[in-house]
Amino acid sequence: MDFSIDGKKVKAKKGEKILWAALDAGIEIPHLCAIREAENAWGACRLCFVEIEGRGVVTSCTEPVGEGMMVHTDTERVQRLRKRAMELILADHPMECKTCPKRGDCELLKWMKFLKVKVPKNLRPFPKERLEPDESHPLFVLDPNKCILCGKCIWVCKEKIRADVLDFAYRGYNMRISTFLGKPIAQSPCIGCGECVKVCPVGALYFKDKEEIKEV
Amino acid sequence: MTNDWEEIYQRAKEKWEALEASPIHIRIGTPTCGRAAGALDTLKEFREKLEKEGIQGQITEVGCMGLCFAEPLVIISKPEIGLPPICYRNVTYQEVKRLVDGFILGDDPCLELALGTLDLTEDAAPYIPEMLRFEIEERLVLRNCGYIDPQDIDHYIARGGYLSLRKALGMSPEQIIDEVSKAGLRGRGGAGFPTGRKWDLCRSTKNEMKYIICNADEGDPGAFMDRVVLESDPHSMIEGMIIAAYAVGAYEGFIYTRMEYPLVLDRLEQALMQAREYGLLGEDIFGSGFSFDIETVAGAGAFVCGEETAMIASIEGRRGMPRPRPPYPAEYGLNGEPTVVDNVKTLALVARIMGTGAKGFRSIGTPSSPGTAVFALAGRIEQIGLVEVPMGTTLRQVIFDVGGGVPEGRELKAIQIGGPAGGCVGKEALDLPVDFDSFKAAGAIMGSGGMIVLDENNCMVETARFFLDFLAREECGKCIMGRLGIKQLSLILEEIVRGNGREEDLNLLEEISKDLAEGALCNLGRTAPNPILTTLRYFRDEYEAHIKEKRCPALVCKDLIAYYILPERCERGCEHCVLTCPTEAIVSDEKTRTKRIQQDKCVKCGTCLEICPPEYNAVIKVSPPDRIKELEAKIGG
Ligand SMILES: Cc1cc2nc3c(=O)[nH]c(=O)nc-3n(C[C@H](O)[C@H](O)[C@H](O)COP(=O)(O)O)c2cc1C
Ligand code: SF4
Ligand code: SF4
Ligand code: SF4
Ligand code: SF4
Ligand code: FES
Ligand code: FES
Repeated sequence: MDFSIDGKKVKAKKGEKILWAALDAGIEIPHLCAIREAENAWGACRLCFVEIEGRGVVTSCTEPVGEGMMVHTDTERVQRLRKRAMELILADHPMECKTCPKRGDCELLKWMKFLKVKVPKNLRPFPKERLEPDESHPLFVLDPNKCILCGKCIWVCKEKIRADVLDFAYRGYNMRISTFLGKPIAQSPCIGCGECVKVCPVGALYFKDKEEIKEV
Repeated sequence: MTNDWEEIYQRAKEKWEALEASPIHIRIGTPTCGRAAGALDTLKEFREKLEKEGIQGQITEVGCMGLCFAEPLVIISKPEIGLPPICYRNVTYQEVKRLVDGFILGDDPCLELALGTLDLTEDAAPYIPEMLRFEIEERLVLRNCGYIDPQDIDHYIARGGYLSLRKALGMSPEQIIDEVSKAGLRGRGGAGFPTGRKWDLCRSTKNEMKYIICNADEGDPGAFMDRVVLESDPHSMIEGMIIAAYAVGAYEGFIYTRMEYPLVLDRLEQALMQAREYGLLGEDIFGSGFSFDIETVAGAGAFVCGEETAMIASIEGRRGMPRPRPPYPAEYGLNGEPTVVDNVKTLALVARIMGTGAKGFRSIGTPSSPGTAVFALAGRIEQIGLVEVPMGTTLRQVIFDVGGGVPEGRELKAIQIGGPAGGCVGKEALDLPVDFDSFKAAGAIMGSGGMIVLDENNCMVETARFFLDFLAREECGKCIMGRLGIKQLSLILEEIVRGNGREEDLNLLEEISKDLAEGALCNLGRTAPNPILTTLRYFRDEYEAHIKEKRCPALVCKDLIAYYILPERCERGCEHCVLTCPTEAIVSDEKTRTKRIQQDKCVKCGTCLEICPPEYNAVIKVSPPDRIKELEAKIGG
């Protein structure tokens, strides 16, 4: 299928989502929650907006390409919505980058820079409650304070590893990631595969020993 | 089966006629609203009284006529006196003796307890000619509500029930969809999407398996339209659902409702069982070869589960979270199969359309929104309850002629329509006709039918804060715009009502609202800004007063008001407020004996204002609180 992104001609398989086609063609689109192998697009982070001529703004991770489609990544609306989503995430995120184990390859920081967005000053502070990190597992730590709820760890653990250790709990602003009944991970059926840690875009899941990353 | 039908129909008719001819027939409304008002005690009292007096009379438990302000509602027919049945209001068990002795045993119709006599329209829907509202109302969905026994399928059948299904099964699915499209039926669950088009999309997919779901989640606070229909006339929806299933080619259906609706679940189970016994559900319905059955599902009652994709997830046993659309459920729904999701009232209307035909349906309502609209009237309105009016009726008629207007001579200020993510329109919108498109143009949405009347004592900023707070707690938490955007909006509003508003907040509210409306994943997030955008549109001055003057014009927002006792009105001998103030904030002047509130001790509970006898009426609220100083200075000087 032939279509264009920002005037550049791009080819993609039928049914492919715009996001993956763009990335394959070397066109950057910020994204934090999309998983290429997932059967159903998730669409939670609201960063991957693009505008299709004649159609309006859509999230590129959920929208399949269409023949002759003209996609733009830099319109006023796209920029505005991406920026809004990023600002909201940053306003809710403990910006402790200096001490964060994810320093260096944090995807949140990467897209923050890409979008040229700063931590917003005009928003009201979110009533973020400090939660205890779960350090029970010998290999990795779950620090829910840094979690941006992208859902990737849940997907790999449920759909790929089929261990079903992690899920969302609570609703609304209080939603968080949790094991069944909120038990420590060490007491869950976790097999210690580390897949969840590898997909986490931020410092919410990290290996205790940095060496471990190379080994696994 | 077809032969049996004649027999079933005849038997049902005879049963109904016998009931109508009975010398005494008492109908008592026992839906949830009636029960809350004590209808079960009334029922018990009638039973005991009839037994004791040895009266040969029939008692039927019926559903809700929509006159919730008059519950418990009792209708008594006594044909021998030559009057139509009489409808009595607020019949608690204490009133039963009066009615039995007066009307049933004697011949005094106790008119002081009556709302009026009950008649039937051409269409056989009950109406009370003495009440103006029934002149305006047109009952298609509510036709049987409050008149038949919802627990007896024969009542429904005797009044023409399941004839539409019989007719429909003699048509081709395409013909049915065509009829529904021609009727111009639009979904009553909120968005007003054309039902025929949705069905057609589902029908034309090639899949073997298809599903139909009736959306009876009704998570809006204060809404109860669908509950009433299912408690009072469940078969009207079930019949429509079977027709819809046949039209789209589904073999399995689900009714999704909530655990908080136990009576709905009971009545549905019973109705489904009776329909199965008569061969109206299950294998080979009406001998047509078409098989279909329905299951009920009770959700845990989150507002977001009313959203169709979240509902489907919930039925599949997953967390109730919306997913991106497209693909729409009509193509990719329950278990990944094509699924039609329709609201309770939509399905009830389907049964009516198949009965009267598309043309009959179109003769009611407006060209773009044919048929009727059902509203649950609540808030500052005389006659709280359900109404059903033709689309195109004005809001003014609904609120004043049907609902009786605002109580105590107060002035209407705004109307909140469309549920928590609907909007508030001002007085200037009173002449707006009710239909999907006019509401949208006014910035509100039709929603599934909540209508809350607000008067001068409601603060519009506080109203917006209330709804945003509700939405922030009820949304699923999945997408960033919903989870953080709605929360941010509610935080800003919270600060404004607390007197911490900043000049730039209005802009910020508008900008975030715009981004949510365009960028949220599901319609909860996309519509959540409506309460803000509409109140800003119609009541911007109230926001400005809160922010710039720290003043709440409606005297509602606690942090922006103070209580004050007018010394010239306060009565020397009275000590009511002093004695009831929970914080002992009120002191009496030793010489003049007038009372004064020590502001630093006052917690603004309002008790003094309520307790002060109306003949003195000495306690007032002022805003901003600083005004107290002016008032006190005036006295001092
Ligand atoms: C947050 C949210 C809550 C909803 N709640 C309900 C509901 O309680 N009942 C309902 O029928 N539709 C509800 N809807 C609309 C449904 O998603 C769906 O559009 C509707 O059931 C389709 O039926 P209809 O075409 O008959 O209106 C809701 C939508 C959203 C976004
Ligand atoms: S380590 Fe593997 S099994 Fe354990 S929670 Fe992560 S993905 Fe699941
Ligand atoms: S822990 Fe990491 S991967 Fe899991 S939801 Fe949070 S941010 Fe996403
Ligand atoms: S508002 Fe309540 S606390 Fe304040 S003076 Fe009146 S009764 Fe006392
Ligand atoms: S209740 Fe009213 S009249 Fe009585 S003492 Fe208090 S303010 Fe005065
Ligand atoms: S990557 Fe598209 S919404 Fe997150
Ligand atoms: S999922 Fe509904 S608003 Fe985010």
